[in-house]
Amino acid sequence: MKKLRLTRYGYGIGLVLMFTLGILAEQYDVVDELFFYQEDVVYLTVQHIELVLISGGIAILIGVPLGTLLSRPRFARIAETAMQSLNIGTTIPTLAILALSMSLLGIGMLPAVFGLCIASLLPIVRNTYTGLLEVPDHLKEAASGIGMTAQQMLYRIELPNALYVIFAGIRTALAINVGTVPLAFLIGGGGLGELIFTGIDLDEPFMMLAGAIPTAMLAILADIVIAVLAFLIVPKGVNPLRT
Amino acid sequence: MIKIDNLTKIFETPNGPVTAADHINMEVPEGEICVLLGPSGCGKTTTLKMINRIIPPSSGRVFINGEDTTGLNTVELRRNIGYVIQQIGLFPNMTIEENIAVVPKLLGWDSNRYKARAKELLELVALDPSVFLKRYPRELSGGQQQRVGVARALAADPPVMLMDEPFGAIDPINREVIQDEFLKMQQELRKTIMFVSHDIDEAVKMANRIAIFRGGRLVQYDTPDDLLAHPKDDFVESFVGDDRALKRLRLVQVSQVMEPVAVVKPSDSLQTALARIEEHGYSRAILMVNEKHQPIGYVSRSVAQTTKGLCGDHYFGLKATTSPSDDLRKVASLMFNHDTTWLPCTDEQGVLVGRVTQQGITHYLGATYQRDALNAQSPHLHQVNA
Ligand SMILES: Nc1ncnc2c1ncn2[C@@H]1O[C@H](COP(=O)(O)OP(=O)(O)O)[C@@H](O)[C@H]1O
Ligand SMILES: [Mg+2]
Repeated sequence: MKKLRLTRYGYGIGLVLMFTLGILAEQYDVVDELFFYQEDVVYLTVQHIELVLISGGIAILIGVPLGTLLSRPRFARIAETAMQSLNIGTTIPTLAILALSMSLLGIGMLPAVFGLCIASLLPIVRNTYTGLLEVPDHLKEAASGIGMTAQQMLYRIELPNALYVIFAGIRTALAINVGTVPLAFLIGGGGLGELIFTGIDLDEPFMMLAGAIPTAMLAILADIVIAVLAFLIVPKGVNPLRT
Repeated sequence: MIKIDNLTKIFETPNGPVTAADHINMEVPEGEICVLLGPSGCGKTTTLKMINRIIPPSSGRVFINGEDTTGLNTVELRRNIGYVIQQIGLFPNMTIEENIAVVPKLLGWDSNRYKARAKELLELVALDPSVFLKRYPRELSGGQQQRVGVARALAADPPVMLMDEPFGAIDPINREVIQDEFLKMQQELRKTIMFVSHDIDEAVKMANRIAIFRGGRLVQYDTPDDLLAHPKDDFVESFVGDDRALKRLRLVQVSQVMEPVAVVKPSDSLQTALARIEEHGYSRAILMVNEKHQPIGYVSRSVAQTTKGLCGDHYFGLKATTSPSDDLRKVASLMFNHDTTWLPCTDEQGVLVGRVTQQGITHYLGATYQRDALNAQSPHLHQVNA
């Protein structure tokens, strides 16, 4: 529910932004000014997207199996403790995570990806774990009573039924990720943050906008993409978006 | 056939061990429904789940068709046992077709075969395949879901079915319907079924045999009629209820108490009718049939005594008829409704085959009790004689 409202906010802000920009553009030669940075924008946008895709992809590839593993009965003892520490992890500001990863790995793309990964890992693990635990016991009993092995039960029953919750986690993670990527510039990771921060430093509003506008649009785009994926991938019978 | 040998389950709990099933011994013959019956917490579910090892037994053995299942691989064992649970447990991420085809898929059937099977089973449980195959469980009512649950359990045609309060979550009207359908199905399929219930009426209706549980022990294992006629102790007697004689009505078919009946034809005179009434000692009336021997009405004694003429001109219309396969509960209810002490029985073509009387019913139900009374007396007599 909360996430839905945030998304609407995003769309709303996007609209207002476009509207204001439209008016401004009429008064000044904004478009020309912005297109001055076109080459940089394209290059940095690609880098920006790379950062999101690589760090987000790795976070999913680690987070889902980790959450799954923690939800298995044999890890029941340590799972709660692990989830508690992960929860504490989420309270650390993402900027601090980036700073910490820089002190660990130096500057460049690698610490940026590492930091972004850590920052977006937690919601994925947490939602995978709780999503799997929330699959009703009677479904699991029906599945094992029918003669499914533990593995068949995981792939055919548990994961499909937890998928919507897992996707919600991925969506949160991506929102955090996309919101943090501009900061990657601060530790030498590149991306559109370069235009934003340099624009602020040099007091060049158009430079800053040339970074901020694509950043905002990418955030909205990422959210839409993940929503579409959730719509398509989560099985119809357990997909609240498809009733 | 399911045979249970000294099956015991002791749960280790923080408050000490709980014996949920205590040396249970029983045997369910092939093709029969055995209902495990008893109050909540008496060990029915535990006993049932030890058969497919959802709950591993503490000790004892389970035989299926003569084979000791102890050594069998759990997955293998379960794929040969249909399992229906109270919460139904349809997989919400799968269509109805996929739900039914789960076990056939696990068994490696090809898709044409399991699709045909899903369709066939939906028809068997009285759901239209063209409507339901592609639907998801959440789009079905509780009763429809329960039917699919049964279809899923039947998918790979297992010889044995375990059902834990399968109709418990359905409203009473639909429950009756689904029970009837299930019984009809079972007449053809002849599965060996173990069925948990806490409802004596359901048990009496469904069971070939009833196993009464109390505190983890099997207290009585009998046919429904024997159980109702001879409850073993006070616990069983109170559990089956004060109206157990009435409950037995459902277990007896008209054919078991049917008597021959004298009739008149429309062309007979009222004098003949009176003579037959007297001859057979009928108190109020005699049945009239047409040339096909189908009952069409009654000629009453008082009319026959006071009037002259043909039966065909002086008769009352037929009130109700029964068929030989009706149970006595229905008959008793018809008798009350129509304020009559007997009813004609007809076959499918409406041809008269006999009659059923209140006296006949009372006599039939009483016979078992009288036999008891005699049995109870005879040792005593024996002693006196000796
Ligand atoms: N997993 C368990 N752990 C401990 N005790 C249990 C467990 N399952 C059942 N019991 C106990 O075993 C007894 C029988 O339970 P059950 O077979 O479920 O009863 P029923 O199905 O007849 O209502 C109850 O006293 C119940 O509390
Ligand atoms: Mg139970």
